[in-house]
Amino acid sequence: MAELSHTILLPPEQARAARPVAPARRHRRPLRWGAVGNHAVLIAGALFMLAPLLMLVQMSTIPDAQIMRTGPSFEIGDRFWPNLEKALTESMSFSGETTGLNMFRNSMILGLGFALGKIVISMMAAYAIVYFRLRFATLAFWLIFTTLLLPLEVRIVPSYEITQKLGLLNSWTGLIVPLIASATATFFFRQFFMSVPEELLEAAKIDGAGPVKFFIDILVPLSRTMIAAMFIIMFVFGWNQYLWPVMVSTEEGKFTLVQGIKQITQGLEGGHIPEYGRSNILAILAVLPPVLVVVFFQRWFVKGLTESDK
Amino acid sequence: MARVTLDRVHKVYPNGFEAVRPTSFQIEDGEFLVLVGPSGCGKSTLLRMIAGLEDITGGTLTIDGREVNSVGPADRDIAMVFQNYALYPHMTVRRNIAYGLANRGTPRDRIAAKVEEAARMLNLTDHLDRKPAQLSGGQRQRVAMGRAIVRDPALFLFDEPLSNLDAKLRNQMRIEIKALQRRLGVTSIYVTHDQVEAMTMADRIIVLNGGVIEQIGTPAEIYHSPASTFVASFMGAPPMNLIEAAFETGAVRLPDGTAVMDAPGGRSGPITLGIRPEDVRLGRGSATFDVALVEELGAHRLLHGKLSGQPFTAHALKESDATTGSHRIDLPFEALALFDRETGMRL
Ligand SMILES: Nc1ncnc2c1ncn2[C@@H]1O[C@H](COP(=O)(O)OP(=O)(O)OP(=O)(O)O)[C@@H](O)[C@H]1O
Ligand SMILES: [Mg+2]
Repeated sequence: MAELSHTILLPPEQARAARPVAPARRHRRPLRWGAVGNHAVLIAGALFMLAPLLMLVQMSTIPDAQIMRTGPSFEIGDRFWPNLEKALTESMSFSGETTGLNMFRNSMILGLGFALGKIVISMMAAYAIVYFRLRFATLAFWLIFTTLLLPLEVRIVPSYEITQKLGLLNSWTGLIVPLIASATATFFFRQFFMSVPEELLEAAKIDGAGPVKFFIDILVPLSRTMIAAMFIIMFVFGWNQYLWPVMVSTEEGKFTLVQGIKQITQGLEGGHIPEYGRSNILAILAVLPPVLVVVFFQRWFVKGLTESDK
Repeated sequence: MARVTLDRVHKVYPNGFEAVRPTSFQIEDGEFLVLVGPSGCGKSTLLRMIAGLEDITGGTLTIDGREVNSVGPADRDIAMVFQNYALYPHMTVRRNIAYGLANRGTPRDRIAAKVEEAARMLNLTDHLDRKPAQLSGGQRQRVAMGRAIVRDPALFLFDEPLSNLDAKLRNQMRIEIKALQRRLGVTSIYVTHDQVEAMTMADRIIVLNGGVIEQIGTPAEIYHSPASTFVASFMGAPPMNLIEAAFETGAVRLPDGTAVMDAPGGRSGPITLGIRPEDVRLGRGSATFDVALVEELGAHRLLHGKLSGQPFTAHALKESDATTGSHRIDLPFEALALFDRETGMRL
């Protein structure tokens, strides 16, 4: 690890050259040591986060037996494409349904279902709380807010029981709906709606927009940066769900990537060489979409923030 | 176009605050009515009740003979221009203007034609595809106007629409709005706390104070015969001089004993005497005005100082050589207004 980070940080010849160059430069532009320090910290942090991912990639290119013997190394082998193909198309169980592609699709359904469902539900809840003179709106809001104290892990037994009694085990509905209420998102949308000028609502009223029209034509487009932010958070949250899918879906056809990786490394107990290469590929597949979502929406997010004026 | 009638309309906010006391008046078809008054006097509240944005606590509001107390804002056939314009930030100018028409199911080609027409009228044709954020304050103001006029409403409501603009633009928009209203002939209610706007734009002015109507009248009536000391001091820049005086031995006398006017009928007691600065005649007369400061305004000058120990302002033409020091002045009888000292009402 230490070697790895050092090599990437500065190629040796540059590392040596850095010292004599610094004083010469000082004449023209003073070197800001604060900035150098900041960058050093940031680069070190980035490498610390990246190293495990680089290890994953490296280990997916060499044969499984070699990983057993030597662990991660700097060697780049030729097993990447075969491993990828195996991971994507070959099932690792009798049912034949736990292929990488299948699990990828399932994870996608879960992540998107969570993100979109949570955004829709919490926007509507926040809309009701902020814009309608409900009798106990504040109370309702704080009740929703206190559910933050009750994450899934705390209420998993009753949640499971309800899902089971409703006959929703092994269904997408059972996987998604019980987790779809989100206090966090409701809270953020509430704060956002409260910052929208009152006059917009009044202007819309005079323009003949009813509650639904105001919501769809004005509030939703105005919230797009907020929606993007919530989408990032909720998609990653849904994608990374482990405990709930493990409990609710026992059918292999509904396994997600996060579940599947676990399944593979269990092979170790069977006396075979575990399929490290394949599970590393699956792990990469599992990491990729959240990263892409963040990268993609982040740009959108910044654009929305700077463009819209409120 | 419409006639609007308020009959004992009043407003009590949920917290128990009575923002508008029972108020009755009528606005004629095509009239430009200005509601003016100091901050917090209930102008916006009154306007918003007419718009339907605020519930009417009591009384009846009629627009064109139809009682609209419980009719929603969209169905009152009104359009409103807000102080901060309230443009939809994510929509282009075109969509902003068209939104109200689209919601009413107006056919597309008709919307397009109306938007083009409004844009031409308001000099917005080149900006139709911009977002509000890409417009200047004056242009945003025009878009807000455009949104109001495309719908051909029976009643325009304006809530301090010019107060976010700089002085020069404000003067220009004031004239434009007035001209537009003249041209369209739409009944309008315009809220402002700027008495210059009120004087220049209004057919009739309503002066509000603390939720009560102080006076209703044409700008000239309000200016020349204010109904109370409040109106006298609120309208006009500089405002009417108000000095303490009294009925004494058959005359209205200043505290120093100078008689300014005969008072038949043997009345006595304290009063407040009002006179507009431009009605004061300099250079002769019985009263002595101690000028402490001369304000040069180009077209004329304002002399500030004391009359019989009380703050006083007089208006001097630019050719007069008014300077600081004592001046003889005359307060012409026909320009004087007498107010009850206690109630502030015109005698
Ligand atoms: N929602 C409310 N609840 C209680 N009191 C209110 C409410 N809205 C306004 N008021 C009070 O009613 C009074 C009149 O308010 P209003 O907004 O009509 O004033 P205004 O004449 O428009 O003043 P400005 O020139 O500052 O806009 C004020 O004293 C204000 O504090
Ligand atoms: Mg107001």
